Amino acid sequence: MTEPVLSVQDLRVWYGSERGAVRAVDGVSFDLRPGETLGLVGESGCGKTTLGRGVLGLLPRGAKLDGEVNYGGRNLVTTSRRELQQMRGPELGLIFQEPLTRLNPLLRVSEHFEEALGTHEPDLDKEEIKHRSIEALRAMGIPPTRYRAYPHEFSGGMRQRIMIALALVLRPSFIVADEPTTALDVLVEAQIIRILGDLRRNFDTSLLFITHNLGIVAEACDRVAVMYAGRIVEQGPVTDVFARPQHPYTRELLRSTISLATTGLHYIPGAPPDLIDPPSGCRFHPRCPEAMRMCPQQFPQPVALGPQTVECWLHGPQNLVPEGGQEPLEREEVTVADEA
Amino acid sequence: MSTRTAGSLRTYLLTRVLLFVPQVIVILTIVFVLMRVAPGDPVSVALGGQRSEEELAELRAAAGYDRPIIVQYWEYISGVLRLDFGHTIIDNRSVAEIFAVNGGATLTLTVAAFVVALLLAVPLGLIAGRFRDTPLDGSLRVFGILTYAAPVFFVGLLMQLAFARGLGWLPSSSQASPVVTARVPSQTNIFLVDALLAGDTAAFWNGVQHLVLPAVTLGLLLTGTFMRIIRVNLIQTMRSDYVEAARARGVSETRVVIQHAFRNAMVPFVTILGLQVALLLGGAILTEQTFNWNGIGSQLVRYLDSRDYIAVQGIITLFALAVVTASLLIDIINAIIDPRVRY
Repeated sequence: MTEPVLSVQDLRVWYGSERGAVRAVDGVSFDLRPGETLGLVGESGCGKTTLGRGVLGLLPRGAKLDGEVNYGGRNLVTTSRRELQQMRGPELGLIFQEPLTRLNPLLRVSEHFEEALGTHEPDLDKEEIKHRSIEALRAMGIPPTRYRAYPHEFSGGMRQRIMIALALVLRPSFIVADEPTTALDVLVEAQIIRILGDLRRNFDTSLLFITHNLGIVAEACDRVAVMYAGRIVEQGPVTDVFARPQHPYTRELLRSTISLATTGLHYIPGAPPDLIDPPSGCRFHPRCPEAMRMCPQQFPQPVALGPQTVECWLHGPQNLVPEGGQEPLEREEVTVADEA
Repeated sequence: MSTRTAGSLRTYLLTRVLLFVPQVIVILTIVFVLMRVAPGDPVSVALGGQRSEEELAELRAAAGYDRPIIVQYWEYISGVLRLDFGHTIIDNRSVAEIFAVNGGATLTLTVAAFVVALLLAVPLGLIAGRFRDTPLDGSLRVFGILTYAAPVFFVGLLMQLAFARGLGWLPSSSQASPVVTARVPSQTNIFLVDALLAGDTAAFWNGVQHLVLPAVTLGLLLTGTFMRIIRVNLIQTMRSDYVEAARARGVSETRVVIQHAFRNAMVPFVTILGLQVALLLGGAILTEQTFNWNGIGSQLVRYLDSRDYIAVQGIITLFALAVVTASLLIDIINAIIDPRVRY
């Protein structure tokens, strides 16, 4: 197996707030190999976006980052601001959720490209910059005649393709795509997914694909990581995880998807937990249909089940589960408080 | 397509310039009506009791006040279009000559005040935006409100007391020392330019020293508004999605602030600049009075005192035209900065 491009070990991100630290990402580890796409799924507010930004060192002021993000032989968490800035673009790319507001309305598309290429490849002359930019746009289906147009002259789908071209023109080896299709209609969505698929086949680009759409994960990703309350509770190859989900949360999430055969909507009772004062032990236990006595007492250990890794006491390790720990959790005390 | 974009800018500019015509006609009509609403005809108001009835009637006929109002309106409008603003009643000067002779002082003062306001407001607005909600930002906001709310003549008097009387750093009134004024030949009627044309650097320096206090006084009036607009817009653009996107592409922080945040923050600022020209001209009248500058503002006050309606009408016409022209220029600048305006 090839060496991972990106290896994240025990990454933690806190936000300062008036009530205390918000632990948005709390000890996350994963690897990403060349040309691999990892889907990151979970409910809104579970820390997906924070994780994506944290990996690139693009967190707002007041956020604290800890752990390891190993890329190209160094730890990005301890890399200086300046060096990180130089790596962003040519090595680390980011594609955003809202294409409509991500281009500077006062600058022509051409000026965006000139700025990006001029910043990172100062040796390029004007003609080369133009040539490369137009090639990148053409690959996204934007005709060269539109090169000098302004952002407001494009539709949302076209602007997202321009944003992708703008990220790709610098040829990064790792890209975070943060819900790149959420704001777009299904046809444009399919188009963007295909473009991203071509990308990893042709350039060996590794992709961290953040989404809450499990259909996209099934279609576009090699592996999937399910996030709940700042932790990755289950990860593994998409086919395995979707066929044999091991964590109750993954099962519930998969049951909640909507298809043409759906007659009644399934949802998970309760709300995602407060990340300032999260539930003790396993964070999913207040909402978990299979919670045991053990669950609120201790944090579950990551357990390897074939190609998958799961953090759930259902899967042991058995030697750590005390006598009687596997009996069902008595509910009264929890549900009332949490549903309120 | 680049040709289409250029074409749409041209279309926008053409439309905007054409709109200038009805704007001017409306504003001229308002000036005319306002001046005629006042009781009595201009001649008897200005000279009544000083001349005989026959002389007054003669003057009225010469100025055309015995003719129907619609004819007078037509003559006023066509006069303005021919750049003939009429003659003053009390001293029979042509109003155009007042503009030529006294305009230089007003132009110098307003331009300098504008520069002062920009020099103060842009960095202060940036600082306030950068350190928002700190005590520094708080004090800058109080400063902004005070400078906007304080009457110009009062600020002027304080300036004179502190810097002319108290510290003795700067002269307190007029455009230059009398000796210097006499020395410099008048060519453009803009003292600083005349001094440069004469190659008299000492006179130029003297003029600059005389300019500082009035320019700062009038400039402060604009600073508060400018500063707050820059502050709030910069805070907004610094948090905008395209600024974050530029950072994600590794664009340097300096470039992010200047090219993305600052430039976008300037759009609403430029829009309000046009409106501020009116405030600037109003303030100039008071500043000229306070600092004894012989500009159009002090001429306006003089003719108002002697109820010379023709002179007042002419000067107000000029001010109104200046405001309309400024707003035209601002719209053109805005269309050049912001491509979205053109559609």
